[in-house]
Amino acid sequence: MKIFVPGDAAALAVGADPVAQAIESRITSERMDAQVIRNGSRGLFWLEPLVEVETPEGRIAYGPVSVDAAAELFDAGFLHGKPHFLCRGLTEDIPYLKKQERLTFARCGIIEPLSIADYIAHDGYRGLERALDMEPAAIVEEVSASGLRGRGGAGFPSGIKWRTVLNTPADQKYVVCNADEGDSGTYADRMIMEGDPFVLIEGMTIAGIAVGATRGYIYVRSEYPHAFRTLRRAIQIAQQNGYLGASVAGSGKAFDIEVRLGAGAYICGEETSLLESLEGKRPQIRPKPPLPAIRGLFAKPTVVNNVISLATAPIILEKGAKFYQDFGMGKSRGTLTIQLAGNVKYGGLVEKAFGLTLREAIYDYGGGTASGRPLRAVQVGGPLGAYFPEALLDTPLDYEAFAAQRGLVGHGGIVVFDDTVDLARQARFAMEFCAIESCGKCTPCRIGSTRGVEVIDRIIANEDRTKNLRLLDDLCELMLDGSLCALGGLTPYPVLSAIQHFPEDFTKPAPPFHAKGESQETSLWR
Amino acid sequence: MSVLKTWDPERAHELIEELQNLPGALLPILHALHEDFGYIDEGAVSMVARALNISQAEVHGTISFYHDFRHSPPGEHVLKICRAEACQSMGCDQLIRHVEGRLGVNRGETTADGSFTLEQVFCLGLCATSPAVMLDGKLYGRVSQDVVDFLIGSIRRRG
Ligand SMILES: Cc1cc2nc3c(=O)[nH]c(=O)nc-3n(C[C@H](O)[C@H](O)[C@H](O)COP(=O)(O)O)c2cc1C
Ligand code: SF4
Ligand code: FES
Repeated sequence: MKIFVPGDAAALAVGADPVAQAIESRITSERMDAQVIRNGSRGLFWLEPLVEVETPEGRIAYGPVSVDAAAELFDAGFLHGKPHFLCRGLTEDIPYLKKQERLTFARCGIIEPLSIADYIAHDGYRGLERALDMEPAAIVEEVSASGLRGRGGAGFPSGIKWRTVLNTPADQKYVVCNADEGDSGTYADRMIMEGDPFVLIEGMTIAGIAVGATRGYIYVRSEYPHAFRTLRRAIQIAQQNGYLGASVAGSGKAFDIEVRLGAGAYICGEETSLLESLEGKRPQIRPKPPLPAIRGLFAKPTVVNNVISLATAPIILEKGAKFYQDFGMGKSRGTLTIQLAGNVKYGGLVEKAFGLTLREAIYDYGGGTASGRPLRAVQVGGPLGAYFPEALLDTPLDYEAFAAQRGLVGHGGIVVFDDTVDLARQARFAMEFCAIESCGKCTPCRIGSTRGVEVIDRIIANEDRTKNLRLLDDLCELMLDGSLCALGGLTPYPVLSAIQHFPEDFTKPAPPFHAKGESQETSLWR
Repeated sequence: MSVLKTWDPERAHELIEELQNLPGALLPILHALHEDFGYIDEGAVSMVARALNISQAEVHGTISFYHDFRHSPPGEHVLKICRAEACQSMGCDQLIRHVEGRLGVNRGETTADGSFTLEQVFCLGLCATSPAVMLDGKLYGRVSQDVVDFLIGSIRRRG
């Protein structure tokens, strides 16, 4: 009998390890015929640690399980499907999960992450198998036809990028996986790297075969030590099983992968900064053109894709472009891995075809705020995404629909705030974050963001508000138009949306003892 | 975190030598040094520059660019608190103020007795179980003031 206790970092953060140990020692002491498997997370984080028991009817879920509850579960006879108040029924029938369309995340939380046999038994490596029978151009065509757009934020068509690399002759090409996942409110990359690492390895291998690259790098942020370790081991296992190396799956085509660790700089998620970092340079932004697809890592043609983009390639190749592109709306095809975060009752991963509205995501899945207070603002797309008020919640999750509201789908993170939020402070934070993370290459971003913090402080303190709001507007315009990359170029989005949708937060009386409380936070330390 | 070694040029030399032939070796070398010593000693700059045949200014500029790298040894325990938006929506600002008060330091500082270093981070990927902290590499989600007091207290009791 198998008992599943997630080893996902978020499950560990709420106590999954002691629960797994408690279950294991009970199994040992009572000589039960059972085995604990550390799976990835299903992404139902309000239920973590989510313990599952395999039964003939399917896996039965219990959660959230504490060490004490684990003991109770044994006493109640949970191994034989006996009832307990933490029982959630069959995992697959939990409505949150049942209503989803899990394509990229089809295996996450189900398989044992580092078992390549388990991966293959769950349809793993079928996409690669098909790709190896195809001409490189045909693989690229399949990805193009699927309508897949980059999930890292910019939404650029992956097929076009791959075609550029394929058509650029060079003695060496690279595939670089962007696993820097810096946006607050996002964790889909982390979940896939920890819960189904082989799907990423397979996706990168497909990309390599398609464009003629023999080397891949995964650039993982240092805040993800668990993902880093899992990937390192998964790569070794893939090498030992002939899925990476001089002849991938016996095809005679070479491809291998190395994992590298970032060092806590948000800007290194931007692809040219990431490449500089990988090359061992001070990771300032490179001007584009040249595109990385033409002159990328070590000046060679390079595919740079987000984790989710690459991890989606296997299912596209396995099931065909049409299958994938039948999901979605407008020019946003396939599924979006929505990540519900912050002040939300049922936080977690929701993979759904594009087109779900924000309201459906937040209420039908998320259950509203965690605090139970009224929702007031939502930030979608990370720190550079706009703040939306309740009135915009019917916006569908679709790149164009969001752009039309001056918003960003980005990497699909949705951060919910209740009515205690102060949007003037959020606007200030957006500027502060930009100042802390600016690579310093261009003045509008480097200086503008620091000025932005000061100006917003004056607005909050009720100093010459009309003049300072105009000044802030000018600053934002300067940053929008004059920044070299999207850090400086998009930071005005959260700021301007806060002013536009929540003007009352910028005209409130100044808080008492304002100057004193503020002075400490104004220092931008690195 | 008492496993950290004190600065040792010979050990640093070994670490550098082991990695210097990797393509783009600078960042892996800096990580290796940081992991061993808990910070990057000024003395490492010229060694790394020589090994990679780049200028000291370049090494310096790179070290100072990354938020991860400390320039002096940390306290015995390192507490990192997430300050990004999802954690803000669940009250991380109050949590940080509480911890600053309790430890008597600001973010980025080490307590006078050298027991704790308090640092900010921007997102630990635990945004569905906010607020989140990392203590000596271990993650904690849904962290209330009571939880963080308990974490600090249990380390203090251990001495
Ligand atoms: C400031 C900034 C930060 C970024 N951070 C990330 C990131 O953490 N992960 C990511 O995949 N893309 C990030 N991007 C987008 C990348 O530059 C790039 O568009 C992406 O890696 C391309 O892959 P995709 O086409 O698969 O999305 C960031 C961009 C900017 C401007
Ligand atoms: S906008 Fe900011 S981060 Fe981007 S290149 Fe300019 S200074 Fe660097
Ligand atoms: S915002 Fe704090 S963990 Fe993501």
